[in-house]
Amino acid sequence: MGTVRRHVFVDCDADTVWKFVGSPERLNEWFPITSCRVEGKKRWITLASGITFEEDIITLDHDLRRFQYKIVNNPLITFHLSTVDVIPDGPNRCIVMYSTDMEPEVLALPIGGAAGVGLKKVKEMFDQKR
Amino acid sequence: MGRKILFITTDQQRYDALGCNGGKIARTPNIDALSRNGITFDRAHPQNVVCMPSRSTMITGQHVSTHGVWMNGVPLPHDAPSIAADLRAVGYATALIGKAHFEPLLDPFLRFTENQLGNEHKTTDNPADPHRGFDHMELATHGAAGQLHYSQWVREKHPEVVGGYYNVLDNELQVNAQGGGETNAPQVKVNPIPREWYHTHWVAQRTIDWLKSLPADRDWFCWMSFPDPHHPWDPPASELHRVRWQDLDLPHGYIENKSKRESVIDDKLRHWRGWYDGTFVSNYEAPARWVPATLTANQVREVNAVTHVENELIDEAIGDVLSAIDSRGWGADLDVLYTTDHGEFQGDFGLLFKGPYHVDSLMRLPLIWRPAPSTNTQPARVAAPIGLVSLAATFAHIAGLDQPDYVEAPRLPVDNTDAKKLGHERVLTEWDSVLFGKIVHLRTICRDNWVCTAAMAGTMNNQGEGELYDLSSDPLQHVNRWDDLSVRTLRDDLLTDLWDNLPAQNLPLRTMDAPV
Repeated sequence: MGTVRRHVFVDCDADTVWKFVGSPERLNEWFPITSCRVEGKKRWITLASGITFEEDIITLDHDLRRFQYKIVNNPLITFHLSTVDVIPDGPNRCIVMYSTDMEPEVLALPIGGAAGVGLKKVKEMFDQKR
Repeated sequence: MGRKILFITTDQQRYDALGCNGGKIARTPNIDALSRNGITFDRAHPQNVVCMPSRSTMITGQHVSTHGVWMNGVPLPHDAPSIAADLRAVGYATALIGKAHFEPLLDPFLRFTENQLGNEHKTTDNPADPHRGFDHMELATHGAAGQLHYSQWVREKHPEVVGGYYNVLDNELQVNAQGGGETNAPQVKVNPIPREWYHTHWVAQRTIDWLKSLPADRDWFCWMSFPDPHHPWDPPASELHRVRWQDLDLPHGYIENKSKRESVIDDKLRHWRGWYDGTFVSNYEAPARWVPATLTANQVREVNAVTHVENELIDEAIGDVLSAIDSRGWGADLDVLYTTDHGEFQGDFGLLFKGPYHVDSLMRLPLIWRPAPSTNTQPARVAAPIGLVSLAATFAHIAGLDQPDYVEAPRLPVDNTDAKKLGHERVLTEWDSVLFGKIVHLRTICRDNWVCTAAMAGTMNNQGEGELYDLSSDPLQHVNRWDDLSVRTLRDDLLTDLWDNLPAQNLPLRTMDAPV
């Protein structure tokens, strides 16, 4: 099993960051993808290479500030679960954490890399915006 | 006009691949001539034994701990030092044609410039300030898959041959363990592709075309980087007749007797036996599902035969490029440097491919500097330990530049006396892998004909363990003398020297963003 985890500290309150990160349709505003479409509990994302992933939204918990999704209907991917957590660290700071568990395991690495880019973008967007 | 620089690299080539280094099988007359007329280094080591870290050392002149590309899949930062950029700044036209691999290849998000250039059919991202200082990049890797220029070219122009290449990855995106050829050797395939469409030929022809585009009075630096003889071993079928595997003796490093082979492996750090038995795969540079203990003698012969064929094709491609350069009248002012990024087991110890194994199979590299004939430099063979970390300073020296502040080693010496004067006393090699919790950390020094590897705490090894080889009396590195009390003082001295000279590692480690 490939398992990766990335995190970033953001100088902004958890609710403000969660309002953005917890909006599944806004993924393309921070994650390095080219497009994103949400219909109910389904999401489709397209990468710059032209690959499209169909995803099931598993958890969107505004109390826990947790978003979970899995890639489905992909013959290559036999298991996938990604989790985004926004965790308060005091009133004006939070941790945004992205983790993925995946088979084939090698795909977890580029997804982790892309998550690192996305989290950096979130930090740039929200630092000092409290 | 100044000196032109042709920097030739191969990928995963052994020191003994070449005739000038004692190779008896592959005919390499063009490279041998460079050696005969230049400086041949008999103890050249990479600073890491996989592609991305080693190539990052070449372009930055830095050890792995400094540039931070500690494993394949860790991208070299966009703003890392680049000797190509320095040369370009003083008027050199610069190109990298073939395999770059400073950035991950498996990149579905297209985050990295190398893949973006290929995908967009561009040869530069920004003519005013090009990526890593190369005015022109046309890139290739080991086949037709992926985004790079060669892959795009062969898929567009000759789609009918794409399937002839070996599938580097299996259906689960692991490095493919499927066997082929006549012995079912891993990563071997008979490839019906015409020689003219194979990547070795493409790299040479694109190099020639770029050189033709330059005005006669322009100074230039061209890194011509062949993807071979790195696995998969799938050269054009039309060339396989050159070396019949049935005719080959087994390599000296292959231990035919199984119990002796396993005894030698058991004498080394524990991750060796783990990999040999297929129970510990620390990195993606070998097929995860292939068990080295199953390797047969005939498979070793076939892998070697195909590798020799690939090396002959490289030599002939180099001959074509050197002829094209001569025809432009640049020959007298041309410096040629030839090396590779790391070695290959090719059957030594009953193993193939590469990984955290700091022995000559992977560390002793071909390295030749043929200075411009106009400099009247005397040919020499240099025994001093040399690192690829010295290449960047050498390019600066050839161009008449001061040694850049960022490099961590002096230029290559022109002979043994010069080596002493420049301080080439030792060469250092690092390994770090942490693949999903499978951890190996090694630090190695080669000095005074000894190789000493210190293991740091990891999954299989403990701090304080290591390997120590006397290259003079044990050139195949069969006897690990780490625990030999008679050389304890020497071992301790080597370790002190290692820690005194190895740059401090930049922490935290950069993230690994892809498997390769």
